[in-house]
Amino acid sequence: MGAAATGRLTATVWLGLLAGLVTLLAFAAALIGPFAVSPGQVVAAIGRRLAGVTDPASQQIDTVLFAVRLPRIAAALLVGAALSAAGAVYQGLFRNPLVSPDILGVSTGAGLGAVLGIFLSLPVFAIQGLAFVGGLATVALVYLVANAVRGHEPTLVLVLAGVVLGALAGACISLMKILADPYDQLPAITFWLLGSLASIRADDVWTAAPAVIIGLVPLVLLRWRVNLLSLGDDEAAALGVDPGRLRILLVAAATLMTASVVAIAGVVGWVGLVIPHIARLIVGPNFDRLLPTAMLLGAAYMLVVDTLARTIAETETPLGVLTAFIGAPVFVWLLASGRRSW
Amino acid sequence: MRHRSAPILLLCLSLVVAPSWSRTVEDSAGRRVEIPDKVERVYAAGPPASILVYVVAPDRLTGWPRAPRDYERPYLAAEYRDLPETGRLTGRGNSANLEVVLRSRPHLIIDFGSINDTYVSLADRVQAQTGIPYLLIDGRFDNTPTALRLVADILGVSARGEELASYAEGLFQELDEAMDGVPEESRPRVYMARGPDGQETGLKGSINTEIIERAGGVNVADPGDASVRRGIVRSSMEQVIAVDPDTIVTWDENFYRRVWDDPLWAGITAVRDGRVYFSPTAPFGWIDRPPSLNRLMGLKWLSGVFFPDRFAHDLRTETRRFYKLFYHVDLDDTDLERLIAWAQQRPAD
Repeated sequence: MGAAATGRLTATVWLGLLAGLVTLLAFAAALIGPFAVSPGQVVAAIGRRLAGVTDPASQQIDTVLFAVRLPRIAAALLVGAALSAAGAVYQGLFRNPLVSPDILGVSTGAGLGAVLGIFLSLPVFAIQGLAFVGGLATVALVYLVANAVRGHEPTLVLVLAGVVLGALAGACISLMKILADPYDQLPAITFWLLGSLASIRADDVWTAAPAVIIGLVPLVLLRWRVNLLSLGDDEAAALGVDPGRLRILLVAAATLMTASVVAIAGVVGWVGLVIPHIARLIVGPNFDRLLPTAMLLGAAYMLVVDTLARTIAETETPLGVLTAFIGAPVFVWLLASGRRSW
Repeated sequence: MRHRSAPILLLCLSLVVAPSWSRTVEDSAGRRVEIPDKVERVYAAGPPASILVYVVAPDRLTGWPRAPRDYERPYLAAEYRDLPETGRLTGRGNSANLEVVLRSRPHLIIDFGSINDTYVSLADRVQAQTGIPYLLIDGRFDNTPTALRLVADILGVSARGEELASYAEGLFQELDEAMDGVPEESRPRVYMARGPDGQETGLKGSINTEIIERAGGVNVADPGDASVRRGIVRSSMEQVIAVDPDTIVTWDENFYRRVWDDPLWAGITAVRDGRVYFSPTAPFGWIDRPPSLNRLMGLKWLSGVFFPDRFAHDLRTETRRFYKLFYHVDLDDTDLERLIAWAQQRPAD
């Protein structure tokens, strides 16, 4: 048995373990929450739902379980998986472990869209729509700018364009914060920019999930070529891959995934940066294994963080705060341990 | 011509009539501040202060921290609708330029709201830097009569202050007497829904939700633990379902429109019983936004909403009276009916 086969076996074992962990966590999370529901009631409620019977006496339990808690768990899994997948792609694409899905300005652009929506007092659905469009538009603009510049280092120019336009969008957000009603809109803007799944409902998951899956398809189909791209443009071209076209496709896919989850969850930092990194430590840089590992790990991480967010205090704790509190020490440790398994 | 020469004339006058420094007043933070005898121009450091000054003596106000919106303008006296926008000096989102503050040559800067060390040091710094006396007035609801008398006295309109303060005291007293001995179980359990999704709220004890308790309700957003900072927080849907409020108050139109058909809110007692109340926000919010004297109007309204049997006042008469007394406007029937329809909207509308 060669080293590659052993690696694949280890990866398979890891994937199995992670999938089990995610399932276990999802069940546990379904039992936790400020509205007391016993495991027996959960089983009964699921039984009723499957049998198609309704019981007026436990209507609130059904609402809590099926309309609040389960959609929220599904959203946490979706957000964690999508951000980690996007992070893994970007890190491979830019051959840099310090890259996160925000590098091309998708989160800042989505933030700008949402802040505009809040500023104009639009309904929630429109705010989410503007966030989605803002994220996509910003990355598209970054790509156009980078293309117009046409430097020798296409990735470097792309990153620089992303930094510049991200800063511009950030400035627009700050401007709107100053102009917003401090008693009404400013708190809403602040909460949105810190990320939260507090107002998630089933509809949001059903809207975001297809977009995430559409983004995921090219990643899965092209998983081998992502490895080639991480060798560098010249090597990739020598191996018969058009790096420019592949890059645009991968960026589009990762951006679609990120924008659709940011639109429903707000700006959630750190996940797309730290999780792919940890996944790489576990299964190595091969994108074929890295992608599913990062997605499962991200889903589990996000679920834990969101369950903390909704239970550690009487009120909601913003996701952005928790992910940074947990993510920052982990990241420092990773940097300090200095492993370059890359 | 008239428009252009008026400020210049004012400027010349103010140069000629130099203020005489002769009084020392103590503000709510215990700071002793020397102020001129005649205070003719007051810079309001934030929206709550601008309402306080506008109510007590509108002719002293140098400008609005934020220009009134079109729908708010009919509810402000015509002379003061077009005052310049002057920005906010303290609080959230500091947007004032000190030179703009100085340009209006105020004799006094007033801030009205929560008092804490940050605001005290900010006031001291601005006062030291500009030489303009800076007063901090406690904006807590129960301090309203005291604040009105203090500011009216400083502005030399004590009789006006007395009139306003006795309105506030009368209202508070009426509420206290009517609510005396009403056990907590028979008071409405109220959730204040803020933000477009209704999932922002003010914790019990925060300046943003004081009105709930004052009007005889119980705020369901109560963390119990006294050490928790009281302010605006985000709540999860599950928490709302768990506390199951029987009354919801909001001023957010998006939330109010969608709450009736939203499956998540449909199970909440308040929504099922049609007890979600939509506060008018013109020219200022009735229940908050900002937390200032405008809440007195909301107090009148909410107490009637909470206890229709105990407070049988006529909303039309009371609204007309309040807007005349506090906001210096005689509401015509169209404007009045717009407010009444706003406050009495029901799901069918």
